[in-house]
Amino acid sequence: MAEASVTLTVNGREVSATVDPRTLLVHFLREQLQLTGTHVGCDTSQCGACTVHLDGRAVKSCALLAVQLEGADVTTIEGVGGPDEMHPMQTAFKENHGLQCGFCTPGMVMKGIDIANRHAAPDEATIRRELEGNLCRCTGYHNIVESIAAGAREMSG
Amino acid sequence: MTRERHYIPESRQREKPKSKYFAIGHSMKRVEDTRLLTGSGTYADDVSLPNMAHAAVLRSPHAHARIVSIDKSKAEALPGVICVMTGAEAAEVTGPCADFSSPPTTQHCIAVDKVRHVGEAVAAVVAESRYIAEDACELIEVEYDPLPVVVDLEEAVTSTGDAVLHPERGDTNVALQRTITFGAVDEDFAAADLVIERRLRWPRSGGTPIETVGATAHYDRGTGKFTIHANTSMYNYVGWLIAVSLKVDPHRLNIVPTDAGGSFGSKLFCHKVCTLAGTLARAAGRPVKYLEDRIDNMTSGDAHGSDRLYDAQLALKRDGTMLSMRLKVIDDYGAYFQYGVGQHGNAMAQVTGPYGITSVEVDLTAVLTNKCQQGAYRGFGSEVGNFVIERLVDAACEELGLDPVEMRRKNLIPKDAFPYIMPTGNMYDSGDYHAVLDEALGMIDLEGWRKKQAEARKEGRYIGIGISTCQERSVFSATEFWMWNPNETPGFTLSSSPESVSVNIDPTGKAFITLNAPFWGNSPETMAVQVLAEKLEMDPADISVGYADSDKGFNSSGPGGSRFTVMIAGAVSGAADVIREKMLRVASHMLEADPSDLEFRAGSIGVQGVPGKEKTLAEVALHAHYFRLDLPEDHDLTSGIDAAYVYDHPVTTMPSEDRSDLGIFYPIVGHMCHIPVVEVDVETGKVDFLDYVAVHDCGTMVNPMTLAGHVRGGTVNGIGSALYEHFHYDESGQLQNALLSDYLHPTLMETPVDIRVGHVETPSPFTEYGIKGGGEGGRMGAPPAIAAAIEDALKPLGVKVDSLPLTPKVLRGMIREAEANGGG
Ligand code: FES
Ligand code: FES
Repeated sequence: MAEASVTLTVNGREVSATVDPRTLLVHFLREQLQLTGTHVGCDTSQCGACTVHLDGRAVKSCALLAVQLEGADVTTIEGVGGPDEMHPMQTAFKENHGLQCGFCTPGMVMKGIDIANRHAAPDEATIRRELEGNLCRCTGYHNIVESIAAGAREMSG
Repeated sequence: MTRERHYIPESRQREKPKSKYFAIGHSMKRVEDTRLLTGSGTYADDVSLPNMAHAAVLRSPHAHARIVSIDKSKAEALPGVICVMTGAEAAEVTGPCADFSSPPTTQHCIAVDKVRHVGEAVAAVVAESRYIAEDACELIEVEYDPLPVVVDLEEAVTSTGDAVLHPERGDTNVALQRTITFGAVDEDFAAADLVIERRLRWPRSGGTPIETVGATAHYDRGTGKFTIHANTSMYNYVGWLIAVSLKVDPHRLNIVPTDAGGSFGSKLFCHKVCTLAGTLARAAGRPVKYLEDRIDNMTSGDAHGSDRLYDAQLALKRDGTMLSMRLKVIDDYGAYFQYGVGQHGNAMAQVTGPYGITSVEVDLTAVLTNKCQQGAYRGFGSEVGNFVIERLVDAACEELGLDPVEMRRKNLIPKDAFPYIMPTGNMYDSGDYHAVLDEALGMIDLEGWRKKQAEARKEGRYIGIGISTCQERSVFSATEFWMWNPNETPGFTLSSSPESVSVNIDPTGKAFITLNAPFWGNSPETMAVQVLAEKLEMDPADISVGYADSDKGFNSSGPGGSRFTVMIAGAVSGAADVIREKMLRVASHMLEADPSDLEFRAGSIGVQGVPGKEKTLAEVALHAHYFRLDLPEDHDLTSGIDAAYVYDHPVTTMPSEDRSDLGIFYPIVGHMCHIPVVEVDVETGKVDFLDYVAVHDCGTMVNPMTLAGHVRGGTVNGIGSALYEHFHYDESGQLQNALLSDYLHPTLMETPVDIRVGHVETPSPFTEYGIKGGGEGGRMGAPPAIAAAIEDALKPLGVKVDSLPLTPKVLRGMIREAEANGGG
């Protein structure tokens, strides 16, 4: 199979790589760049566990091919904040018990930051509508909505 | 009821509940969160070994068929393919998968000769990448000879001949049939004024966590040893059975747990995926990762939940006093029978609910059909029992014109009756069910909602209020897995289900706890830290937690049956007693005081009544590690401070020979009251939540924040079971919804804006600090309460709820039918 090359920015660093053209962005991130914080939860772009930022907007990385991203700017959960300097949205999830197993969580945090970027003080209905493409099987969502509201407040304040 | 032969063992509780705690009872932020929030968790798919290859599985499109031939030559020729294995080839080196039923059903990690459900593995490919492995699967040619398909649970009772899935167990698909009677059922029914009868259907759903099951296996030819990294549980309980399947001695298999991205029971064992990955790694001569994709998980993940049809009867007096129950149940177990009827053992723990019913008869028929087999799902069979009894209670209220709240209040076991032996012989350790009911009623404005309901009805809107008062048995004991088995083939009648930990104090006085069971989505690290901090009056920030693999781990059954918090609290508490004793001994030499005169103060050990005369834990630890021989002679005081402790189940007794008494096996019993308020859109069949109150009594709360998280999450699982989720097999045995696009989890749009959680604390007299389990509760109380609320909403139409899930389509059908019959 012909290989293709792609150059993009991931978490602020330029990356050039050769990939099988059918490689999904999520597999490129996880397997070639070892950024395993981005998860795969479904085969059908339902769950949102794979959410990353593409040029500042939340996208499902299982629904993109790596080769589509020439020149793009991608941010994953690892680029958002590490254990010693968590992003306010990550802190808000911890403070509000917005996670249990943590598998949906990177996607929720990435989507949450995107929501906060686009809505200064998102209300509950806005957050719910925006998050519809992200599934969580553990929390019942209540605390995720609270976390995102709190994280957004912190980000704008 | 007399029960002379029944006895309640003396409590082994050492830590009594207290009025004030150092660390327990605080809503401490979770220890697990930082790594999970920063993408640093290690889930099954995050494991990567040098030179690792990837596997994919070819799955059967047929529900029941003989495998006539498999041609794998094209797949083997595909560049990048390392090996292709059929079931027959795998069976030459690997035995059947673990199975706890008796007699067992034979399941292979890749089917041999015959497939018994859609999605069963037929061949597996190992390749340089998953993409290539998937391509190769498509090149494998399989010829099948279809067999008759059984999907209907009632038809399964009578099927014979080629329709029988496991002919070696006899010419029938009935896997187990047994009737057990507890107490004077006939007399109680004869004395009744009224018998309520309902035919109730509980649908097949499943935990379906967002992370599927996966394993990465390595076989070291030099030592003959397997290492398998997987998101499995019970690996320090029955993990050695995977070694048996792989035909090596148990010490030649090391299972390394990964984080699990949710389980809800579904990852209780995951032995098939581990066995498959091990088999492939040995054949390929390279480490192999196999991770289920979503279809693999839904069609063949061995974790579908209960699928039951009940003919249920409740005998009552005219004043509403509940006397007895008769339950005739058929349960569709699917194609294999891995846990036997463990789910019905479980249900017997609380089959008569929180009510003072004195007798019950259960007639159980477990059948095998051409579906994915059952496993565990949040409730493990008891949630169905709750649905059944609550539906009967509501039906009785309807019949007798009684108020559902008052009816329950009248029949709830009073708080002075504990410890209470219920008809099957299980014990309810403690409780105050009326307090839970009152707390819930205090949180919701029932009168206000009744007014709104009446006003809404005038506008043609349908609001309904439901209530459930349910048991939440916790801390399973092993007997539930075999108590129903035939007397002639009782199987492996084990009684132990312990949990253990080890604790090491480092030379600076900080602690490391090793758990011997995995993180599977709950908060085990936070629980362990809070209990150890409590015992040693230590700063929780000075304690960290890790997980032992099976080489180093010991005697731990792991999470499941809402047991983990109680069990690790017992184990941590026991280990901490050893640590405390040793620290006091060392400190007594350092302070030249008798150990009995010393006390733990926050962060130090001091002489009672002498402020300032103390040593910090760090000083004591340093001394113990490096200066032991400076201390005076003290027989068997050795250097260092560490402890390992095995905590056995707090209170278990054995079933009687004739099973008229099942013994005490699920005795740490919580209680809950759920009150949802719903609105049903009669045009679309959509159900919205206007309010939701859930009050739980899980004894002493270790962490109210995480407990409320479980209640909310479990309740939303219950909403899924009540309204949306159903593994739908058509008559040819095709699973119609094996993806998250058509197997519908509740999303944010289907869940209540706020599930308002309340707590009552009735400490257990049998567990350390009086803790009870609360991991499954939400799902055990929500479905009957929601069913009741919908029935209440649609009362003007005369709609009756006898089966779940009440999807919009199903509800529309019921409403249409009711309207056609003149309702409304
Ligand atoms: S993995 Fe991308 S949406 Fe599920
Ligand atoms: S926290 Fe487990 S799926 Fe969301």
